[in-house]
Amino acid sequence: MTTDHDIYASSTETTEGRVFTVSGQDWDQIAEGLAEDDSERVVVNMGPQHPSTHGVLRLILELEGETVTEARCGIGYLHTGIEKNMEFRSWVQGVTFCTRMDYLSPFFNEATYCLGIERLLDIEDQVPEKANVMRVLLMELNRISSHLVAIATGGMEIGALTVMTIGFRERELVLDLFELITGLRMNHAFIRPGGVAQDLPPGALDEIRAFIALMRKRLPEYEALCNANPIFKARLVDVGHLDLEGCVALGLTGPVLRSTGYPWDLRKTQPYCGYETYDFDVQTWDTADSYGRFRIRLAEMWESLKIVEQAAERLAGLEGAPVMVADKKIAWPSQLAIGSDGMGNSLDHIRHIMGESMEALIHHFKLVTEGFRVPAGQAYVPVEGPRGELGAHVVSDGGTRPYRVHFRDPSFTNLQATSVMSEGGMVADVIVAIASIDPVMGGVDR
Amino acid sequence: MTEDKSPDQRALEESPENAPASLDPEVRAVGVRRGMFGTRGTGDTSGYGGLVQPVVYPGLARRPLEGWHEEVAAALDAALATAGAPDAVEGVVVHRGELTFHVRRDGLPAVARALRDDPSLRFELLSGVSGVHHPDDAGRELHVVHHLLSMTWNRRVRLEVAVPDADPHLPSVVATYPTADWHERETYDMFGVVFDGHPSLTRILMPDDWPGHPQRKDYPLGGIPVEYKGGSVPPPDQRRSYS
Repeated sequence: MTTDHDIYASSTETTEGRVFTVSGQDWDQIAEGLAEDDSERVVVNMGPQHPSTHGVLRLILELEGETVTEARCGIGYLHTGIEKNMEFRSWVQGVTFCTRMDYLSPFFNEATYCLGIERLLDIEDQVPEKANVMRVLLMELNRISSHLVAIATGGMEIGALTVMTIGFRERELVLDLFELITGLRMNHAFIRPGGVAQDLPPGALDEIRAFIALMRKRLPEYEALCNANPIFKARLVDVGHLDLEGCVALGLTGPVLRSTGYPWDLRKTQPYCGYETYDFDVQTWDTADSYGRFRIRLAEMWESLKIVEQAAERLAGLEGAPVMVADKKIAWPSQLAIGSDGMGNSLDHIRHIMGESMEALIHHFKLVTEGFRVPAGQAYVPVEGPRGELGAHVVSDGGTRPYRVHFRDPSFTNLQATSVMSEGGMVADVIVAIASIDPVMGGVDR
Repeated sequence: MTEDKSPDQRALEESPENAPASLDPEVRAVGVRRGMFGTRGTGDTSGYGGLVQPVVYPGLARRPLEGWHEEVAAALDAALATAGAPDAVEGVVVHRGELTFHVRRDGLPAVARALRDDPSLRFELLSGVSGVHHPDDAGRELHVVHHLLSMTWNRRVRLEVAVPDADPHLPSVVATYPTADWHERETYDMFGVVFDGHPSLTRILMPDDWPGHPQRKDYPLGGIPVEYKGGSVPPPDQRRSYS
């Protein structure tokens, strides 16, 4: 099993040292092979594969025994050129692309992109109230589902499979709500420049209220299962430590930053979509470790539930209110409706443009084929995503397509802390540290 | 009506936001747009085919700026004068409430350091670095954009550095903001901008041996036609465009 020449590695890949192909044989054999060499130093290539459901991440670990002396990340396996693609589609079509970046926080991707466009269009104040409330509602539901996956996969990675199964059980409830409201479980493209795509369907508020009531019963299960669980705490406490100075220097935001006790949350400090009018608290912890980040995520789900409840209350009083700007040069013309053969353009709209108003037909045609023009300039309106500051740098040259859109994804930035968090620790703690960052590779690689 | 001013000038003073961009001598056209519907040749029967419009970004702001923008600009001026780089900032743009400093590339490290360390600036966090490619902006083809956040003062600024395509070098800010490490690698990967002083400037998203830099405007999207029921739809970069 240890040979001087690895048949799988071409000569260019390894220039020094001996190559060990580790493929499921006994550790004794590997150790024997290592004993021939004097040093304890081993370079382990972990991946590229799913360390969990975070995506395809490759870790290059240098070990002394079981201690990590150097940890590096190899990323790019999920690079799909979304930013490039967006330059070839209209501003509205861009939403369909960016929703697929960080697939666990689609509404946040859409929101920051649309807020940037709205700032360039100078229509930030014209976005109707109901659209803002629906955005907040969807973003907070999304935060719950994203944190549930973070906790679930984090649990799975340390062997706590029950945490995984109950986490995904609750996430499914959120996805059911998304399906009811937007028509899709993921990749919604629901938040659009100027508002949202659709009004709330009938019965949605009841479903949301039922969900809130159920979550109030279910969330304590996580607390009972994990908070004081000695095995859980033994794996998480003091693992992946990163203090405030480290976080700021490395640009970390979100739960990792808040686990150092610094209450930085863009929803409070730089509110958007009317967050300043909701009653909620910023959750912090003071241990700056993986356990603190877990507790913050748990507590933030409670806060999100509070916001969802307030948003649902407001929506009850906003029945029939517009969900898209009144400006017909920007607002997407058609509304969807359920017909006998599935969802499609609303028949009322078809009747209007085909039979009643030629201007409406022209507007529909121009907006759908050409799109609207956005004044030249650049904007950056970040939002507080589940993983931290998520922002789209939107550049327009005055045309109907984005000239350049760059997403500052928190996963990309936060993943840089892998080496700081893991070096000097045990190899088993690398996984816990990365899970506490909660990177989503779709967002890292874009 | 005692003042001896032309009606144009009075109108401009009353509502400066309506000023045409060309009034400002500092405005640079970064490109031109031809026609109105993007089609070329005989396909364009609209009558607008001969239209040539400059692509103009918001012009430089006149000092003093308003509110905290002026505080930041003045503090930066003072800090740069102390640091011995008084002309590091080429100009300031304020657009839609966002403050942008156009920085000369030689002055970038001094500006970054001043913005981070000066007590009245305190931009502790670098949100990100990215690039924008303007192939028609002669001598300033590649723009590198830094977004900075001050948690102390709850403010954001943007730094923009323009470098020529022929010499795409600018100093790295990793020494000041360690988080710039991966961001600069990504900008290098996507635009071919070389950050001098970066600890290991290698590709990050594309494979190591990838030719070209995908986010440049002269790099094709590389789509293939989509066939459906006998018809075929050309890739997006070969369809009729409306930009």
